[in-house]
Amino acid sequence: MKFLLKIIKDFPAYLWSGWGALASIFLFIACWDLGAQLYGELVLPSPLKTFATLSEMLQSEKVWAEIIITTKRAFFGFLISAVIGSVLGLIAGLFATASMMSRPIVTILMGMPPIAWIVLAMIWFGMSDNTIIFTIVVASFPLVFVGALQGTRTIEDDLKEMCDSFHLPPLMKLTNLYFPHIFSYIFPAWVSALGMSWKIVVMAELLASNNGVGAMLANARAQLDTPTALALVVVMIGTLMLIEYVILEPIKREVELWRD
Amino acid sequence: MERLVVESLNHSYGFTEILKDINFELNEGEVLSIVGPSGGGKTTLLHLCAGLLDVEEGEIKNSFQSSAFTFQEPRLLPWKNVIDNIALGLLAKGADKNEALEKSQQIAIQFGLEKKDFHKFPKDLSGGMKQRVSFSRALVIKPSLLFLDEPFSALDIGLKQELQTHLIELIHQKALTILFITHDLMEAIRLSDRILLLKAEPGRIVKHFKYELPQMQRDNEYIYKESAKILLDQQIIETFELGIK
Ligand SMILES: Nc1ncnc2c1ncn2[C@@H]1O[C@H](COP(=O)(O)OP(=O)(O)OP(=O)(O)O)[C@@H](O)[C@H]1O
Ligand SMILES: [Mg+2]
Repeated sequence: MKFLLKIIKDFPAYLWSGWGALASIFLFIACWDLGAQLYGELVLPSPLKTFATLSEMLQSEKVWAEIIITTKRAFFGFLISAVIGSVLGLIAGLFATASMMSRPIVTILMGMPPIAWIVLAMIWFGMSDNTIIFTIVVASFPLVFVGALQGTRTIEDDLKEMCDSFHLPPLMKLTNLYFPHIFSYIFPAWVSALGMSWKIVVMAELLASNNGVGAMLANARAQLDTPTALALVVVMIGTLMLIEYVILEPIKREVELWRD
Repeated sequence: MERLVVESLNHSYGFTEILKDINFELNEGEVLSIVGPSGGGKTTLLHLCAGLLDVEEGEIKNSFQSSAFTFQEPRLLPWKNVIDNIALGLLAKGADKNEALEKSQQIAIQFGLEKKDFHKFPKDLSGGMKQRVSFSRALVIKPSLLFLDEPFSALDIGLKQELQTHLIELIHQKALTILFITHDLMEAIRLSDRILLLKAEPGRIVKHFKYELPQMQRDNEYIYKESAKILLDQQIIETFELGIK
C-alpha cells in the first residue's frame, strides 16, 4: 500500500520528465508530414488526415470491439507465457543440468521467426483464437524464461552465505534473498514479453483471423485504404506506449530504486 | 561453560593446502585474535569455525548458544534499506517486526549512523557506513559468540576506536566471546586476551601471545609498548616478512 502511494506521489515528476519524449514525437510527426507532402496522400497520408481517420474510427463501436478482441488475445497470450516462463525458468535455474539442457531449446525458440510459427499453428489449429494465442506464447515465452533463469542463476554465493550465517529460515530466505533478486530480472523480461505479444498478435491476426486489429489492417491493405492502415498503426503504437510508459515504467522505477 | 574447540584441523581447496594442523580453544568471555599475512587462510579458518564451510579433516566443537558473523565485505542485501538490513538477523530469530525495527534503529544510532541514513539503500552508503551496518546487524542479535573478519578495515581511526570501545565494554560485562581476525597488530593488542599467529602456505599456528591486563585498563602507552615488543619478535618478523634487506 505504501508502495502504491509512493508510485502515485512520484507520478507527476515522472510525467514532467516526459517533455523530452514529447518533443521527439512532434519532431517525428513533422518529418512524417514532410514525407506526405513529397509523396502524396495515396502513398503516405498526412498526419492530419491520419488522425482525422483515427478519431472517426474511434467513434464507431465496432472498431472498439475489434481493439478489445486484440487486446484480450495479446494479454491472454502474455499471461500464459509470463506464468509458464517464470515457473519453468525458476525451476531450470535451480538445477545446473536443467539450465544447461534448456539452453539449446531456448536458442531454437528465440531464433525461429514468428512467421514460421504462424504457418505451423495455422496447420495445427486452423483459423482460430488458438492459432494466435499459441504464436504469442511461443514467441514471448523464451524471453520470460531466460529472464527467470538468469535471475535464479545469478544469486550471489556471498549473500547466500550471509543469510546462512544468520540462520534464515527457508521461507525467509526465499522472500528476502531469492525473490527480490529474481524479480529484478523477471520484471524487465515481462515488459519485453508484453511488447512482443502486442507485435505478434497483430501479425498473427493479419494472417490467421478475420477479426481484431490485424484483420482490419488486412482489409485496409486489400482496399488500398492507406489512411485507415496508418490510423491502425497509430492505435497499436499508442496502446503499447500507454501501457509501457503509464503503467509499467513507473512501477519499474519504484521497484528498482535500490539499483544503481 | 560454552566453548569452541578446534582440533587438528586441515583444509585444502583442490590440491592446495590452506590450513594445516590447527589447534586452539576459545572459552566463554575470551577474545582470541588471529593475525597473519594476507592469503594465509584466516578467512577460511573463520568460515570453518562458523560452520559456513564443511570441515574436511579434524574437528570443530562449538557449544555456544548463538553466534553472529561480520564478513570481510559488508554483504548487505542491496534491495533493503539500512534498518531492514540490520533487522535481518532479529527477524530470522522470530522477533516481532516492530520490536526488531526499534532495536535496529537504536543500535544504528549507537554505531554512528544517522537518522537520515536509515532509509538509504546500500548503493548510497559509503564503505565505512556499510561496515557499520554489517557490524550492527551482527551485534543487534546479542550473540554469545561473535566472529569478526577484519570489520574495522574501512573505518577512520576515530570510528574504529569508538566501535572497539563499545566491544571492550561488552567484553568487560562478560557478555561476549570474540574470535577476531585482523592484519592490525595494535588492534589485536587492544582487544585480545590471546593472539594466535598464523603463518602462510600452508596456514599454521606458529606462536601464541597472551595479554593478562583487562582490556579496560589498557591505555595507549600499554598498547604502544606491547606493539613495539611484538614487532621485535622473531616469528612475527618472519611471518610478515618484516626483515629489512
Ligand atoms: N573458494 C575458494 N576456492 C579456492 N581457493 C580459495 C577459496 N577461498 C580462498 N581460497 C584461497 O585460500 C587462501 C586463503 O584465503 P583466505 O581468504 O582464507 O585468506 P585470508 O588470510 O583471509 O586473507 P586476507 O587477509 O587477504 O583476507 C588464498 O590463497 C585463496 O586464494
Ligand atoms: Mg580474509
